[in-house]
Amino acid sequence: MMGNLLEHMGIDRDRIHFSWISSAEATKFVDVVREISEKVRALGPNKKFVKDYTK
Amino acid sequence: MDTCIEKIRAIGADLLAKGTVEKVIGFADGSIPMATRPIALTSDKEVDKLVFNSVCGLNLANYVSKNSLSSKEGKIAVVAKGCDARNLVTHIVENQISREQIYIIGVPCTGMVDKRKIAALFDDEITGFEEHGDTLTITSASKTETVKKADVLRHNCRVCTHSNPPVYDVMAGDPVEEQTLDHPYEDVDQIAAMDLDARWAYFENLTKNCIRCYACRNACPLCYCPTCFVDESSPQWVGKGQNEIDVTTFHFLRAFHCAGRCTDCGACVEACPMGINVRDFTRKLNKDALELFGWEAGLVLDKRPPLDAYSPNDPNDFIK
Repeated sequence: MMGNLLEHMGIDRDRIHFSWISSAEATKFVDVVREISEKVRALGPNKKFVKDYTK
Repeated sequence: MDTCIEKIRAIGADLLAKGTVEKVIGFADGSIPMATRPIALTSDKEVDKLVFNSVCGLNLANYVSKNSLSSKEGKIAVVAKGCDARNLVTHIVENQISREQIYIIGVPCTGMVDKRKIAALFDDEITGFEEHGDTLTITSASKTETVKKADVLRHNCRVCTHSNPPVYDVMAGDPVEEQTLDHPYEDVDQIAAMDLDARWAYFENLTKNCIRCYACRNACPLCYCPTCFVDESSPQWVGKGQNEIDVTTFHFLRAFHCAGRCTDCGACVEACPMGINVRDFTRKLNKDALELFGWEAGLVLDKRPPLDAYSPNDPNDFIK
C-alpha cells in the first residue's frame, strides 16, 4: 500500500523496491541490489521527493 | 436531522440522571455561525447545550482515547454519526478503549456541509445560519442565500456509504437509507489517470499552502500517538520548516499511518485552515484497503485491521 501511494503521488514504481532477505542470503542480497541499481540507473537521477539543501 | 436533537438531549439527560454514564460528549454551538465545538457534559441540567446540525463536521471519537480516558473514569457516552461510531470501533479494535467504557448514542447522519463552499457564496462575513430540513438559509450583512443542503455537502459525505453507525447502544432516530455508489473512488481514479509527473505536480500543488499547523493531525481520531513522528527530535524523522519536501513527507507519512484505519470522516479537511484536501492522500489508501483486503475501517469489532494482521492470502506480489 505504501508503494501504491508513492506511485499514486508520482514516484516511478521502478524506484520503489520491497524485498525479504534473510541474513543468510548474501547472494540474494547482491542480486537484489544489482537489479535495483540497474533499474534506477536506467531511469536516471530522481528529481521528485528530493530535498534541495541549496535553496 | 434537526428532529434528532430532542432525542439526543433526552437520551443524554436520562443517561446522566441515572448515572449510567459519567460524561456525555456531543456538539455544542460555537462562537460564530456555522461552527460547532465538542462539549463534555457531566450534568443532566446541561443537555440543552447539545446541538446536532449540518455543521458538526468534527469527529467526536477524537475526544475519547487512552490519552483522555483513564480506567478510573466511568462510562462515557458519545454522540456519534456513522463515521464517529466507526472511529470508536477502531479505537476499541486498537485497544485504546474498551467497549464497556463507551456508550454510543448513534445518530443517523444525512451529511455535513462544506463550509468553504458556503463561504464562497458571500463576499462578507456570514452572520447567520439556519437549517430547516434540506434547506439552509445563510445570511450576511449584505444578503441572504437559500441553498439545498445536497448542493453544498462535503465530498466525503457525498460519497459516504455508512451514514448510520454500524455499532451503537442506542439510536437517536430511524436509520437513513444508505447509498450505493457505482464509482466510489472517482476522485482517486481521476488522479491515477494523470501521468507520473502530473501526479507529482498535483500533490506538490495540493500541499503548497500547508503551514504545518498539524490541525489535520489533531482533528484526526487515528492520531493518538503520545508523540507524533513530526514532533520527535531524536531522531528527527522530518524537517520542521516549510521546505516543500518536508511538507510532502509529513502529509505522505501521516496518511500512511492511517492506512487501513481511515474512515474518511473528513475531520482533517474540516480542520485545515488553508483548505487543503488532505483526503487526496488517505482516499488512495482507503481504495487500496478495499480492493486488496476487502476492508473498510470501523465496521466490526471482531476483525483486525489489514495491516495489523497476517493472512496467507495477503497480496504479496510487491515483494521480490
